[in-house]
Amino acid sequence: MRPLTDEETKIFFEKLTKYIGENVRLLIDRPDGAYCFRLHRDRVFYISEKLLKHAVSIDRDHLMSIGTCFGKFTKTRKFRLHITALDYLAPYAQYKIWLKPTAEQQFVYGNHIMKSGLGRISDSTAKYQGVVVYNMADIPLGFGVAAKATSECRHAEPMAIVCFHQADVGEYIRAEDTLVG
Amino acid sequence: MNIQQSEKYTLPSGEEIEKEVLLPPDLTVLKSRIKEVIGVLSDFTIKREEGRDRVEYLEQLRKDLCTYYSYNDFLMEAFMETFPLGELIEFLEANETPRPMTIRTNTLKTRRRDLAQALINRGVNLDPIGKWSKVGLVIYNSQVPVGATPEYLAGHYILQGASSFLPVMALAPQEGDKVLDMSAAPGGKTSHIAALMKNTGMLFANDANPDRAKAVVGNLHRLGVTNAVVMTYDGKILPKMSRGYNRVLLDAPCSGSGVISKDPSAKTSKDSKDIARCSHLQKELILAAIDCADEGGYIVYSTCSVLVQENEWVVDYALKKRHVKVVETGLDFGRDGFPRFQKLVFHPSVKLCKRFYPHTHNMDGFFVAKLKKISNNIPSAAPEVEEEVAEEKNSDDSDEETVKSKRMKRKKGKANGSLNKKTGPKITKNGTDAKDDKVNGVAKKGSAIVKKKMGKQQKKVLNNKMKGPKKLRK
Repeated sequence: MRPLTDEETKIFFEKLTKYIGENVRLLIDRPDGAYCFRLHRDRVFYISEKLLKHAVSIDRDHLMSIGTCFGKFTKTRKFRLHITALDYLAPYAQYKIWLKPTAEQQFVYGNHIMKSGLGRISDSTAKYQGVVVYNMADIPLGFGVAAKATSECRHAEPMAIVCFHQADVGEYIRAEDTLVG
Repeated sequence: MNIQQSEKYTLPSGEEIEKEVLLPPDLTVLKSRIKEVIGVLSDFTIKREEGRDRVEYLEQLRKDLCTYYSYNDFLMEAFMETFPLGELIEFLEANETPRPMTIRTNTLKTRRRDLAQALINRGVNLDPIGKWSKVGLVIYNSQVPVGATPEYLAGHYILQGASSFLPVMALAPQEGDKVLDMSAAPGGKTSHIAALMKNTGMLFANDANPDRAKAVVGNLHRLGVTNAVVMTYDGKILPKMSRGYNRVLLDAPCSGSGVISKDPSAKTSKDSKDIARCSHLQKELILAAIDCADEGGYIVYSTCSVLVQENEWVVDYALKKRHVKVVETGLDFGRDGFPRFQKLVFHPSVKLCKRFYPHTHNMDGFFVAKLKKISNNIPSAAPEVEEEVAEEKNSDDSDEETVKSKRMKRKKGKANGSLNKKTGPKITKNGTDAKDDKVNGVAKKGSAIVKKKMGKQQKKVLNNKMKGPKKLRK
């Protein structure tokens, strides 16, 4: 477990900014104590420093997870957000998509979102903007990338993809093994 | 007195038995014979056949029960030692039916009322689990898979047996505590602890098996637990790693004799060696758990087994080896622990432990003990070692030992009688008070409750009858 290098920090925050914009600051300056990001087995964990202090004695081989896992660095040193980061993305998300009840199932099985399943979308979402996906009861279900801007969506065909799938809560069942560790 | 009552039931002779072995078992014959033999045993002096003693009847009963419910000899014998006969049948019957599916609301993300409404809208038929829990729901039936609704995936609830609530409720973690969960997988209890602490303090979840620990990681993330560390050490070396926990939960690996309805393979796969192995591991782990705790800290020990070897015996062992005492679990239902069992006499405070059974509480068989650590001092081990050896000897089934202990038991006979009386009315009280059980266990639906009430009354009669002669034993 170690702090992120400058380069890693840059890549990581660039990715986060795509979803929550300026709110990244709020993750670091928290009123309820100091929090930090740590790298462990190529994965980035978000932990309070108090907890970190107590966990330093755990060796690398036996530590599975600490705090919240945000995602991992790939072998090509890109950063990939995992669904486990959703708890921190959802409250700060700037652009959102709401799904119709009929499309919920499709999305949590890992499919892209069609125009026909689109319930609502934030105004002025740009093309290729990172968005957090909710159902109509405001339960966050995952996140993705807008395939069309809000204005384009209005005129799109029902079967046209409006949002590319990146991560969804169904992964807790489908990919529990690869999620962490 | 009518004729039927005075008619005596005759045990089958050796030849008849030999004949029967060759044929496939006839279940109706078996069932009626089980009933008859229990009838005889419940009023032995009057109903017995001349020249046959209790051992023969019990032997026959055990064989029949083994065939009828397909258990192996060892486990059936262990159950017959644990339960009075009337209750034994209820217990075995309860093992044949699955327990209701229960879920726990994740209070970190939602409230029970909101969750219940959301699930009802999806076509799930549910009810609160009972008065003893504010977060549990029992599911009767559902049109959607309950383990894959968007609410489940978003971490609003977790599928968890009703009995799994109990150790965490007994542990009663407070906000800001430093808590250790020694065998955490798959993370149900761990996340319950985190929910009670409202994500404050520190939670260390350990599981020796890295593959199973993955499930802990998945569940903790899904349920939004942010204050947890998941590690994969062997529980026995944890005290060397870190100490000073306010509370430690040890849900020890066990034989699973309380969850046979969930895993019927346990009926035949366990023998005395397996139990001894479990018991040994549990003793090592409970000492490790106590060593991890701070002075004045609490340790909760639980298993999903009903056998004394894995429960009271282990707690008693810990009482001898470490400076701890048993305290009230804070659970206001369940049966008391056994302060003595056959030839074993435990520390009297073991009575404060709680036992839960499938037939009385409609949840898995479970055992919960709460210990308070008084100091870090380890009592000198010398005299205990001797006792330990003596116990080991006793548990050997060498004839001489058994005879000796039997004789001792006879001597104690009178004293035991008073004890039996003590536990006797307790059981009967539980038996008559069907309302109490309904409130405390997992709610059953309509007709099931009526049926249960009848069962209770029958049992009461049986219990009263059985109070007459001495406690049944070989």
